[in-house]
Amino acid sequence: MSVDFIYPEFEVVRNDSRCIACRVCERQCANEVHSFDPKQGSILSDERKCVNCQRCVSLCPTRALKIVKSNCTLRENANWKDDTIKEVYKQAASGGVLLSSMGNPKEFPVYWDKILINASQVTNPSIDPLREPMETRVFLGKKPDRITRDQNGNIRCKLPPQLELSMPVMFSAMSYGSISYNAHASLARAATELGICYNTGEGGLHEDFYAYGPNTIVQVASGRFGVHKDYLDAGAAIEIKMGQGAKPGIGGHLPGAKIIGDVSRTRMVPEGSDAISPAPHHDIYSIEDLRQLVYSLKEATQYQKPIIVKVAAVHNIAAIASGVARSGADIIAIDGFRGGTGAAPTRIRDNVGIPIELALAAVDQRLRDEGIRNNVSLVAGGSIRCASDVVKAIALGADACYIATAALLALGCHLCRTCQSGKCNWGIATQRPELVKRLNPDMGAQRLVNLLTAWKHEIKELLGGMGINSIEALKGNRLMLRGIGLNEKELEILGISHAGE
Amino acid sequence: MKLEGQVRIPSGCAIAAAISRDGKRMTGEMIANAMKPMHDRSNGLGGGFAGYGIYPEYKDFYALHMFFDCRTTRKDCEVFLKEHFEIVKSEIMPTRKIPAITDEPVIWRYFVAPLQSVLHAQQLDEEEFVARTVMKINTEHPGAYVFSSGKNMGTFKAVGFPEDVGVFYRLDEYEGYSWTAHGRYPTNTPGWWGGAHPFSLLDWSIVHNGEISSYDANRRFIEMFGYQCTLQTDTEVITYIMDYLLRRQGLTLEEAASVVAAPFWSTIEDKPPAERETLMYLRTVFPGLLITGPFSVVFGFRGGLMALNDRLKLRSMVVGEKDDMVYIASEEAAIRTMAPDAENIWAPAGGEPVIIRVKDGVVV
Amino acid sequence: MKRVYVNEQWCLGCHLCEYNCAFANSGEADMVKALKGKPIYPRIKVEGTELVNFAVSCRHCTDPMCVKSCIAGALSKHDGAVCIDHSKCVGCFTCILVCPYGALSQGETGAIQKCELCLENACGEPACVKGCPNGAIVYEERDTL
Repeated sequence: MSVDFIYPEFEVVRNDSRCIACRVCERQCANEVHSFDPKQGSILSDERKCVNCQRCVSLCPTRALKIVKSNCTLRENANWKDDTIKEVYKQAASGGVLLSSMGNPKEFPVYWDKILINASQVTNPSIDPLREPMETRVFLGKKPDRITRDQNGNIRCKLPPQLELSMPVMFSAMSYGSISYNAHASLARAATELGICYNTGEGGLHEDFYAYGPNTIVQVASGRFGVHKDYLDAGAAIEIKMGQGAKPGIGGHLPGAKIIGDVSRTRMVPEGSDAISPAPHHDIYSIEDLRQLVYSLKEATQYQKPIIVKVAAVHNIAAIASGVARSGADIIAIDGFRGGTGAAPTRIRDNVGIPIELALAAVDQRLRDEGIRNNVSLVAGGSIRCASDVVKAIALGADACYIATAALLALGCHLCRTCQSGKCNWGIATQRPELVKRLNPDMGAQRLVNLLTAWKHEIKELLGGMGINSIEALKGNRLMLRGIGLNEKELEILGISHAGE
Repeated sequence: MKLEGQVRIPSGCAIAAAISRDGKRMTGEMIANAMKPMHDRSNGLGGGFAGYGIYPEYKDFYALHMFFDCRTTRKDCEVFLKEHFEIVKSEIMPTRKIPAITDEPVIWRYFVAPLQSVLHAQQLDEEEFVARTVMKINTEHPGAYVFSSGKNMGTFKAVGFPEDVGVFYRLDEYEGYSWTAHGRYPTNTPGWWGGAHPFSLLDWSIVHNGEISSYDANRRFIEMFGYQCTLQTDTEVITYIMDYLLRRQGLTLEEAASVVAAPFWSTIEDKPPAERETLMYLRTVFPGLLITGPFSVVFGFRGGLMALNDRLKLRSMVVGEKDDMVYIASEEAAIRTMAPDAENIWAPAGGEPVIIRVKDGVVV
Repeated sequence: MKRVYVNEQWCLGCHLCEYNCAFANSGEADMVKALKGKPIYPRIKVEGTELVNFAVSCRHCTDPMCVKSCIAGALSKHDGAVCIDHSKCVGCFTCILVCPYGALSQGETGAIQKCELCLENACGEPACVKGCPNGAIVYEERDTL
């Protein structure tokens, strides 16, 4: 109906003087934007189908293509924004809930960008990481309250299970199913080479990847997909997913169309059935229930593995984390509201939850106030974009960070935010074999290793500048941070002073 | 301008220490003189000393040295003290009026014993009770400040150059088997006596030269255990860390040193298995107590001293010996002042603790 | 010796290698100028179906049939690489007939053409390898052919 017509969001601009009609764009677009006209010997474009994933732009050998934002706009209105109006049209036409992918793109404050890092001048020396040792190794897990000794007076060195990481960054949960086999292979191999961990998400662990178990966090989520004894035993740690920053309070839904072959077998879900993760765990309606699941998993794995409880950053996160810290969990992962997703209701993604910076600061302080900070390690996720975000998160009080969007970008993602279509042209968020093969894990793993190697160098440079030579001396070291353009309340919650103070 | 405690003030410093392994007592004059050749390492905004074995006649009582901003504060605070302690002696701190030291607060000292009834009611051991009470006074009684709280030891500090502070406090009239000294070069002028060093709690005292980059990580860790870092100085937080590790966790000095100046992971991996296991354990359990950035400290305790540098050795510190005496200082010149013919002068490696104790059998 | 190998698992069938090859051997500095509006004569060709693709080019065989069969002495081996002297080629296409891989073809001038590893052109390294977006074409030393 004409009332439903929405002018395409993007325009495909082809420079005909440069196009050699090699048809790479046509062959590489799973959305079928481009087509070859044999009569004219030229390429045509249907921009209605374009999602601006930049695959054609990246592969065009003569730089003949660009995708630009359409300038066909509705009349400007500060209240009724273009997107808002078009969403109304879509819902009026479909009667459905709108779906989106990746993290919240709205203009909420990014506190990382309003925090500045300190450096040494005069009164103490900065340290050159190229000349002096600079340590980034961390151990995640519960730390004992008291030192005990044996009858000979030697310290008893038995620690609760710890997750050792060469640097305080891990790849966060992305399930096999939501992302491709090759994406998982890249993450697993990179994590192993880097001495960190990746996370299975709720898709189970493909049999090919058991070999990477020592660098794998296996997730147990509300649908319990892919969970069995060998799976739990395979990982270095077990994560109970209570919530996700992109969609707090919401479960997951992998359509039956994607539950095919290996995905079906790995998830232990019949082919073609929808894999629906309930919003809550139906055996966890309160904190005491969580404690039972934590200990069930510990029992199942002989108390050999740390248990991570992942929660979305919501308003009462400090109190929730305090409860989790007393539940027997070894690690709490907090996922901020800008965290990514393969698919979430747009309205939820864009309006529910709070920023990770504030949540992390509040939780770290609350656990310290209660004297239980050493009961758990804290992992912060939900849009950690670069090495300085990591440094700021650690200084606010995190033990480590989870990254996912940054990792996907390294694999080729161009943040077109249409993962839910399953037609990812970069071979990441898709199960179509001809698209999956576009991500060569040899290249993917190398690019992930490159990314985190670069971050590690940058973290060391930043630490050295502060006169710190080990990451643990940065943890919770909020004196190394200053706010810029933040109000009193924000500074109070972050526990930092304003720049100039 | 904000006072010490409301703001963190980095400072450079001079430190010196001397101890008799035989437990022979010497006056404080020597250590005060040792600070003279290091005059330029201070800027007149803080100097102080700690002496061990100086109150043999009151050795069973906690000696509280206190600053008060006025007489009324003292009167109010004494009411509080009497609710918690039996005060066996209270007196004005003996001082000399000298032109180099001015604007002194009311300085008083008390020899006290905790009231057993209060101890019992709070279910605390004596030391924990004294430590908590000291922290309570320092945080909840504005204008009152306990700057020394050990037994048979005392801290003396003021705004001024250390050599003048020694004269002011009449250190030539005290005799101790172990002394530490500190001259301060703070980077602004709060002019508050409590901000001078040494910092002490119970029998522990610390003189420190450096500016630790791990400060807030250390502070926020240690504050979980009831300590309150009211001064925001390195010295204060290091003292609390040592108290926590030694008294509360029961670590040895060597173990405590391997927490605060932890060996690098690569060094730990090269150690024999048993030692490696212990070092790995301690570093994993107490990551928040690793101290980074430059420091050289002399940690005083009953019966001994421990000198320790940061693990990269970013601050100067030398040790020398002569007969039963061991000397430690930021500069060799200070050692030569105390013992012109000192021997075995060496610079301990970063992270390598030098622990000197009076000989077994010597009662201190 | 280093040879060009193709891993069909990662070949996307995008045909970029053909264009990079044609461009590298065109002698032009700009791909548009070299290839726009003309048929291309690549020395590598992508074969395959929707799902499986494979870029085919000269294997530089240890004992090459093409060299043996060339009636004009235009083909020869230099340091392991099979090279062609265009001035000698008479266009009999015997080499095309005998090559078991279909790696030779007729070039723009009528003489035959084949992959010469970009050793002689401005690229300096195989252009197909350099431009492959998925690392499917590699230039490396392997134990056996």
